[in-house]
Order: sequence, then structure tokens, then C-alpha cells
Amino acid sequence: MAQPALSGAGPAAPRRGMSDLAIRNLFIIPTIVFLIVFNIFPLLYSLGYSFTDYRASMNDEVHFVGLQNYRELLEDEYVWANFTLTAKYVIMSVVGQVIVGFGAALLLNRAIPAKGVLTTLLMLPMMMCMAVVGLFWQLLYNPSWGIVNYVFFTEGKVWLSDPDWALAAIAITDIWMWSPFVMLLSLAGLSAIPPSLYEAAAIDRASRWFVFRRITLPLVAPLLLIAVIFRTMEAFKTFDIAYVMTSMDETELVAIRLYKMAFLEWQTGRSCALAYLMLLAVLAITNVYVKYLNRLKAR
Amino acid sequence: MLKTLTKLVAAAALLTFAQLGQAQQKLTILWAQWDPANYLQELVKDYEKESGTKVVVETTPWPDFQSKAFKEFTAKGSAYDMVVGDSQWIGAGSTGGHYVDLSDFFKKNNLATVMAPATVAGYAEYPGKSGKYWAVPLEGDANGFAYRKDWFEDPKEMAAFKAKYKYDLGVPKTWKELGDIAEFFHRPKEKRYGLTIYTDNSYDALVMGAMNTIFSFGGELGDYSSYKVQGLVNSKQSIEGLNFYKRLYGYTPPDWGKTFFQEANQAMTEGLVAMSMNYFAFFPALANPATNKFAKQTGYFAMPKGPTGKQFAALGGQGISIVSYSKNKESSMKFLEWFIKEDVQKKWAALGGYTCNAAILKSDEFRKATPYNEAFYQSMFMVKDFWAVPEYAELLTAANKRWHPFIVGGKGTADDALNGLAKDWDATFKKYGRTK
Repeated sequence: MAQPALSGAGPAAPRRGMSDLAIRNLFIIPTIVFLIVFNIFPLLYSLGYSFTDYRASMNDEVHFVGLQNYRELLEDEYVWANFTLTAKYVIMSVVGQVIVGFGAALLLNRAIPAKGVLTTLLMLPMMMCMAVVGLFWQLLYNPSWGIVNYVFFTEGKVWLSDPDWALAAIAITDIWMWSPFVMLLSLAGLSAIPPSLYEAAAIDRASRWFVFRRITLPLVAPLLLIAVIFRTMEAFKTFDIAYVMTSMDETELVAIRLYKMAFLEWQTGRSCALAYLMLLAVLAITNVYVKYLNRLKAR
Repeated sequence: MLKTLTKLVAAAALLTFAQLGQAQQKLTILWAQWDPANYLQELVKDYEKESGTKVVVETTPWPDFQSKAFKEFTAKGSAYDMVVGDSQWIGAGSTGGHYVDLSDFFKKNNLATVMAPATVAGYAEYPGKSGKYWAVPLEGDANGFAYRKDWFEDPKEMAAFKAKYKYDLGVPKTWKELGDIAEFFHRPKEKRYGLTIYTDNSYDALVMGAMNTIFSFGGELGDYSSYKVQGLVNSKQSIEGLNFYKRLYGYTPPDWGKTFFQEANQAMTEGLVAMSMNYFAFFPALANPATNKFAKQTGYFAMPKGPTGKQFAALGGQGISIVSYSKNKESSMKFLEWFIKEDVQKKWAALGGYTCNAAILKSDEFRKATPYNEAFYQSMFMVKDFWAVPEYAELLTAANKRWHPFIVGGKGTADDALNGLAKDWDATFKKYGRTK
């Protein structure tokens, strides 16, 4: 019986897993097709509609109106009020989430008992459904028996029907819900800081503030900024919490206005234009953040 | 073996075709998710027995109702054969080509006289007085009030009220009296409040609520035939009506700025308020001891009169229309023929539906059937509706944006709110070419 020749030029070992071609055909192409059909195509289609007077509720002839929808929206004082309100909400909400989330991460970064359980419990709010959170907080804000007034010693205070407080009340709810997300990313950043840096700072007798400013903050900043980018984008699109909690004019965020324009008033062409204005605004803000993030990474 | 197999396959095919044949004998009606839809589902069981056609009433929550229906219309979908559409939809439904023209059906069955005139004008005819009909009035409805009889009849309360206001405490005949009673019972320290009114501006609640006072104070929303709004929606009477509605908001429970039918009933079942504005369709829950522990102490009354004796109630309710894209238009027409029969309408009323049949409405049997039917009967002859034009939702949005900050937020004046609204509505009518 002939023995197989032992030589370096023998048959190659069978390849493990799938070939590049198979991966392309099975995963990449379907994903791209899916994205094109469900994301890119509707996006381009709605861009086309934004230049028309199309109303989905009517069988009328559709006319090309050029930039008229955009022009009218930019001249509409209500739409500007919606954008201004949304900007205020984004600032309140994101700043609040960064302060609470980063603060909680700093506390959890220390050696404390039951740290794992505590971290898990703190993350529960962001696992809940936003509309349900809104409805729960609506009860908590009830002036007669809600716990919020009890905790803050503000007996009888009306929150959700007060034009001066309604937006802040929604922002507080959003902060409660999404601070854990900021906490989680911050915690990941904090735990990645080499202990040797803190040891060196301790040898140099650096103050706590100096350590925080020169070591902790710069090293955690990239991850914190990613959290801020995500939260800003989400806060800009907020709909459900604000929609279920109150219906004040002072809480009509731009996403709520868009919903009403598209699905209650059926101004389809105009609402597509508003959606694109929203998209541009989010892209512009995100671009600023990303540039800052790249600068941070380059340091 | 092969023969047996062939027979089995043939039998299976026959069964499938038979089932398909049966499936064609099914009609689907879209309506909002509320008790009257359940009553309708009960009623149509009789039709199934008579005709063999199955009728399914598919429901969807109120906030989603309008968008779900119109999304289906937009897609020219045949999922629903009929829709029980809100009264304001009639303009968009008819001019948008979504509803089948029922004018011949209406004339053939003399429905313009068989049904209560307000329901024909509100739910069926578009444009107004055109003689073109697009729906059969199905569920009549209007705003009314529920009140706590035991509070009103308490001798101590009656004496205190008489001492303060110099007249007897009783069911209010005028809006002024209603305001006095609301003020009298408004005792926040005792967690007892004057009344509830609609304040939710997500859809039409706030606007419908305020329409009750605006119309009864002699105001108007505009001229529905010429689209003139300046000088009407911002007239002195409209301003007085809106101011009065704002005054009433001061007697509601705290944080009552997003209130619709659920909260209105909740305030009664929790014993919070003396009076509660709501659509009659939601009163069965208040009269039921299983859902309201104060059911026996709850009474009902129609909208009171304004300062000059005018008396109006905001129109609710719906008509049933055949969807243009239905594949069962003929079967749907047969169903409507069955539905308008007097004995069916009687059963509809007995089940809890608010029939629009004028003769049944006027009958003693109907008026005494429930504690709220008499008030409903009175209301159905003094109802008035919002604009029913295809762009009604834009008009609603503008009214909500002008009125809610004034009524709930306490910002600006009624003059500003109504002058601003007249400007907004003018611009909308110009945009759609209704005025120049």
C-alpha cells in the first residue's frame, strides 16, 4: 500500500468557515438590498415628495412646487417655535443626563459593596418602554397625590399643565430614563484608565480636582462624547414621552409637529420637507460633535 | 393507492375552495375602540343569521383611528368594506374619493326625513345642503353633562348655595348658573372640584368643548358656505364664549390640561367633581354600578342656554360609509339596507347604540330607556359641528394652537386667540383656493 508522500507541496488544509464570496452573497448583499429598499428608497422618495403639494389623504393631482414647502416652513413662526423648544429640551435633557450619568459612573467606579447589582438596578429605567415611562411619570407628577410634590415639598404644584414647567418636567423624566446610558459608557471609559496614572498622580501629591481635570476627564471624554452624540440625536427626535405626558403648546417638540402635519393634517409634501429640515439639523449638530471627537482622539 | 391519494387531494381542494367561497361572504367595518362598537358587533349577529354574511367590526384606539383609516384609504386598500367615520371626515372622505356616493340610496329610502335632521347634515351630507350623501347616520352623539345628584340635593348644600347665589341649586338652565354651581362646589382643600371640561388638544376634544360655549353665547366659527371667518370667529360673542370656557377651566381639578373622555369619566367615578362634560356615548359607563360606584347618584343634563337663550351642543357621532376600494360594495349596500330598517334601529338603540332614527328618538320608549336618553334626545335637536372641509385637521390644529395656551396656559387674551385664529383660518382657506 503506497504511503502518501510527506512533502510541503501536499494538499492545503480545508478552509474553516465560509469563503469571502459566500459571506458577500449571504450577508452583505442582503443587508445592502434591505437598506436600499427600506431606508434609502423611502428616503429618496420622500425627498421627491418634499418638493410637491402631495396630500396622501386626497386623490388630487400632485404638483411640483419647487422649494415652496421649505420656504413656507422656514417662514412659519410656529415651526421656528417648535425648533427653539426642541433645542431647549435637548440642552436640558442632555446636560442633565451627562451630569447624573457621569456622576453615577464616578461613584460606581469606586470599590463599593454589591456594585454589580447596583449597576444593573440603575440600568432598569432605560430598558422600559418610553410611552409607559411617560404615563407613569404623568401619575408621579399629579398635583394631588403624585410623589414628586411630596419629595420636593411643593404641595399642590401643577407641573404638566404649567407652561413654564411642563417642558422641564418632561426633560426630568428623560434624564431619569437615559442617564443610565451615559453612566454605562462613562463607566466603560473610567474602567479603561490605567491605575498607574492615578498612582503617579498620588506620588506627586496631585489634588483630587487636578486628577479629575487632567487624567479622568480627558481619558473618558471620547466615550462620554459618543454618549452625548447618541443622546442628542435621540433627544432631538423625542416624540413618545412628550406626546403622552402633556399636550401643552410649550411642549410641542418638532417631532410632534411633524407627526401632526403628516398624519393628522395629511400635508404629506410639507411634512416630508419638515422631516428633511430635522434631518439636516441633526446632521449639523452631529457633525460638530464628530469633529470635536476627532480632535480629542488626535491629542 | 394512487386513486386514494387523488381522491384525498381533490377533497382537500374542494374544502379549500369552499372555505374561500365562505370567506368572500364577510364584511369588515372599521370603527374606534369603544362600547358602541361592541354593541354594533352584537347587532350584526342578527344580519349574519339572516343573510349568511359574516360582519366583523374591527376596532382601533381613538388616537389612532383617523390615521389608520386614512392610511388605508391612501393605499386604496380593501381591508375595510365600511368605515364608521367621524363627522369631520365627510369632506375629506367624499372629495378624496374614498367614500361611495350614497345619494341614490339616501333618496330611495327617504333617509333625509327618516333620520334626525342634524345627523343627516352632520354625518351624511357634503357639501352642506348639496343633496349629496356619503354616509348613513349610525351613531348619534353630542356633548352633555353628568352631575352628582346627591351633591345637588343635599339640604345643607342647597341652603348654602341659596344663601350665596340667591336662587335654588338645581340642574343649570343657563351657562351662568352652571358657572355658579361649578364655583360653589370647587373646594380644592377638600379634594372636591367644580367640574371637568375637555382640554386635550391632541385632536378635537378642546375645540369641541369650547364650541359648546362659543355657539351658545351667540358666536360662530365662520360661515360654512362662504368660508368667511373674519368678524365671525372673532366676534364679541365668540370672545365671550371662549372667555367663559376659560373661566370654567379654573374650576377643574389641578393639572387638568390634557383631558378627554377617559379623564372626564374618571373624575366622576372617583367622586372628584360635581359635573362632567362628556359625549353621551361615554355615559353608559357612568350609569353602570359595576364601573361607577356613584352610578345611582349620577344624573345627566343637556347643554344649558347662553345669555340670549341660544342653546347648542357640539356634535359628536358618526355615519357609516362604504369604502370606494372595497371589493364587496354590493354586499355592503345590502347591509346598509338591513341596518336602516326600523326594527333593526330599535334593537340598535336597545343594545346601547344611539340611533339616529327620528321616530325612535322621539318615542317615549327610547327617552325613558336610560337615565341619559332624555338629555340625549334634547341635545340631538340643537347640535352644531366644526368645519367638515377636507382641510379640517389643519383648522383644528390652528384652533388648538390658539386656544390651548389661552385656556390652559393662561397666556394672552380671548381676543388675541380668536383674532389670531381668524388670520390662520383665512390663510388656510386661501391656500386651498376656497377664498381669494
